[in-house]
Amino acid sequence: MKSFKEYIAYPYGLWMLIFIAVPLLVVVWFSFLSNPDFKAGVYTFTLDNYQEFMDPVYLELLYRSFLYAVIATLICFIIAYPLGNLIVSLPGHRQNLMIVLMIIPMWVNFLLRTYAWMVLLSGSGLISQFLGLLGFQDVSLLYTQSAVILGMVYNFFPYMLLPIYTALKKIDPDLLRAATDLGANHFQMFIKIKVPLSLPGIVSGCMMVFMPAVSTFVISNLLGGGKYMLVGNLIEQQFLTLNNWNFGSAISMVLMTIIFLVLGIARLITGKELDTGGQLL
Amino acid sequence: MKKIFRNLAFGLILLFLYAPILVLIIYSFNDSKIMGPWAGFTLKWYVMLFQDRYILQALYYTLIIAVVATTVSTIVGTISAVGIYRMRSGLKRPYLLLNNIPVLVPDIVMGITLMSLFIFAGMKMGLTTIIIAHITFCIPYVILAVLPRFNRLPENIFEAALDLGATPRQAFWKVLFPEILPGVTSGALIAFTLSIDDFVISFFTAGNGVSNLSITIYSMAKAGINPKINALSTIMFGCIMILLILINIRSEKGIKHIQ
Repeated sequence: MKSFKEYIAYPYGLWMLIFIAVPLLVVVWFSFLSNPDFKAGVYTFTLDNYQEFMDPVYLELLYRSFLYAVIATLICFIIAYPLGNLIVSLPGHRQNLMIVLMIIPMWVNFLLRTYAWMVLLSGSGLISQFLGLLGFQDVSLLYTQSAVILGMVYNFFPYMLLPIYTALKKIDPDLLRAATDLGANHFQMFIKIKVPLSLPGIVSGCMMVFMPAVSTFVISNLLGGGKYMLVGNLIEQQFLTLNNWNFGSAISMVLMTIIFLVLGIARLITGKELDTGGQLL
Repeated sequence: MKKIFRNLAFGLILLFLYAPILVLIIYSFNDSKIMGPWAGFTLKWYVMLFQDRYILQALYYTLIIAVVATTVSTIVGTISAVGIYRMRSGLKRPYLLLNNIPVLVPDIVMGITLMSLFIFAGMKMGLTTIIIAHITFCIPYVILAVLPRFNRLPENIFEAALDLGATPRQAFWKVLFPEILPGVTSGALIAFTLSIDDFVISFFTAGNGVSNLSITIYSMAKAGINPKINALSTIMFGCIMILLILINIRSEKGIKHIQ
């Protein structure tokens, strides 16, 4: 392959510098600037934006984003792990069919899927009508906390299922049989063999649900009706409505720090980098 | 007993995943503006959809953006993957690190950083800025799909072809390209899917003039429920199903051919 020289990758290096590195640095730089008197062009270098974020109102919002994302991740895991085990127990061709069936909804536009839940959950929607038949009158589930979490679970569930399924599929069934032969009961076999061997898949799945969930603003806007602001909503608002880019940049930095911390922890658990690319195809 | 439990679990999860889509499809044929009780069959939402210039314009933009972004990112990504594969200097690590940023950083952060850059540089928001943004987040996935293919190749396969009398062009198209093709195809597919489905990054880099389907659906959904969106989603779901069935028939034919 010596006929190919490394310099054919240089144009893309330049592209990455301009459109990935510089924009990030611009936002880091913005986050340390402030313009308290709203005079044109008068900016001072300060930590004010970060200090402003320490306000209990914003900290509560950060806590809420974190909490919702963790709950959504846990629910996805609790459904996906047993389901992954069930799928692995199927014969080969039916495994593939099942996985394809689970992925097809992902190919419907993300916003359409969220919008569909607005239809289902609204006061005149099917679920409310069903609850009405059971005697619960006028229950509207739309614009509640549960609706926001449901939206996260629904939209990001396949991201949990696929890595878990891949990890479980790789486990050699003979290992599990050997454990039982050597006297482990079903529970021991599960805890000591199956869970540790599928751990990379579990961690990878949790990350791939947690990251989009903690930074979303679409789901909370559409299913929460703007009542339950998350970090994503705050960033969107600062940049698009309030035009306070400096504060918005500082919040983005906080969000990125959280995500890289969580990524670091995930890396400590599995001991290697996360595999995030190409799992949906 | 175990089988019954298993099928029940599959049934429930499939119901959960498909119920919203089915509801959209059913209500797209309902002769009523509200999503209440059934008021009779109609196709009027489909007719109105195709008279809605705003939605058709958005569909056109979505496809243009996806086709341009996929083409550019597949070509640039594949060429750059060759270069990155050949890198022996200390450049490889920073390249891969920068390349991973759009994959790891949340969409909203990618969106606001690019928006800040475009405004900072005085660029007018529109089709150009969206396409640049889409290319930026698509190339990394192409590289991640193609690079492993190169790592798997024998070190001197290209030179071997040249030694055996192939011209460089033949060596590339007849030897190298078929080897990396599966990576290129899946990279292009990922890029196309990401571009079509993207909302967040487009939302921040679009400005006022240009609106793709995601942005249009977002603003319509916020304003309330509109049966025209149901019709649109039914058509899109139908296209996906037809595509999947076609792929399935083709691969089954391929298997028979091999047998």
